[in-house]
Amino acid sequence: MDKFRHFIQAAWAIVSNSFIAGWQSGSIYRGELKSVCLPGLNCYSCPGAWGSCPIGALQAVAGSGAYQMSFYVVGILSVFGITLGRFICGFLCPFGFIQDMLHKIPFVKKINSFRGDRQLRWLKYIILLVFVLILPMFAVDIIGEGAPAFCKYICPAGTLEAGVPLVLMNELLAAAAGWLYRWKLFLLIAIVLLSVIIYRPFCKYLCPLGAIYGLFNPVSFYRFRVNEKCVSCSLCTKACKMGIEPYKTPNHRECIRCGDCLKACPHGAICKGFEKK
Amino acid sequence: MNKQKLFVSPWFSCVILLLAVAFVAFGIYRGEMAVVVQKAINICLECIGIG
Repeated sequence: MDKFRHFIQAAWAIVSNSFIAGWQSGSIYRGELKSVCLPGLNCYSCPGAWGSCPIGALQAVAGSGAYQMSFYVVGILSVFGITLGRFICGFLCPFGFIQDMLHKIPFVKKINSFRGDRQLRWLKYIILLVFVLILPMFAVDIIGEGAPAFCKYICPAGTLEAGVPLVLMNELLAAAAGWLYRWKLFLLIAIVLLSVIIYRPFCKYLCPLGAIYGLFNPVSFYRFRVNEKCVSCSLCTKACKMGIEPYKTPNHRECIRCGDCLKACPHGAICKGFEKK
Repeated sequence: MNKQKLFVSPWFSCVILLLAVAFVAFGIYRGEMAVVVQKAINICLECIGIG
């Protein structure tokens, strides 16, 4: 399951960021496909990106001055969410894939849980509200436009996928990089280092896209079910790197559908699939 | 066994899906796609940590 999942993750990351000319010239794709949002956190300023980041697009519309609430982006996020939930985090997010790979690096002690872990999970909802919705809508400039606060101050995916390659390939951008670039680089390095020790720290504590998809997990068409074979042995809980109890809450908002619990269950008590009845 | 009994009718999910599609259509109708594409085809200075 892990190899299959990583293959899908790698394939999707490559396909959705395969605009070769952008990688060669340090520019970005400027075609009509950019009006379509990708399901995962994928910066639209990544030189290879064919589509838009849904969180970036949400902030762009919210801060445009013309509209505050984006029906278009909320609709697209809802279509993705109601169909797949956080399956997208587990299979179709390039930044999630990078964190998965980083966590495979051996370290003396991997941390599965710590004091305050549960409380810290709510931080991503605060980030969603404050940095993705409220600040772009209400912290506006003289012409009524708001900045994409999440992209500007937090998003490590933007730094990794767009900031680092563009600054390396473009002298003008390199000359313009200042304290904000250094702050975002610091955040990225912190998340990279933490990812080696903690499984997907960005997804667990900071990602507003994961927060949105998590709300859809209990109602999405794709879901997990625990059947009558379950003996509550908790082996699935021990296997879960997202720190949930799959045998109690198989559709918990933190579940990224990685399938580790299915693999760990000796009784085949957890099933996955699309809801039919 | 303390399993969560959470029954969600697929009809509820279907209603949300229909609503979501209606949102997308309404967003396109009022021209939000143009805002998205305009932002996305230019290098986002905020995203890369310059703006």
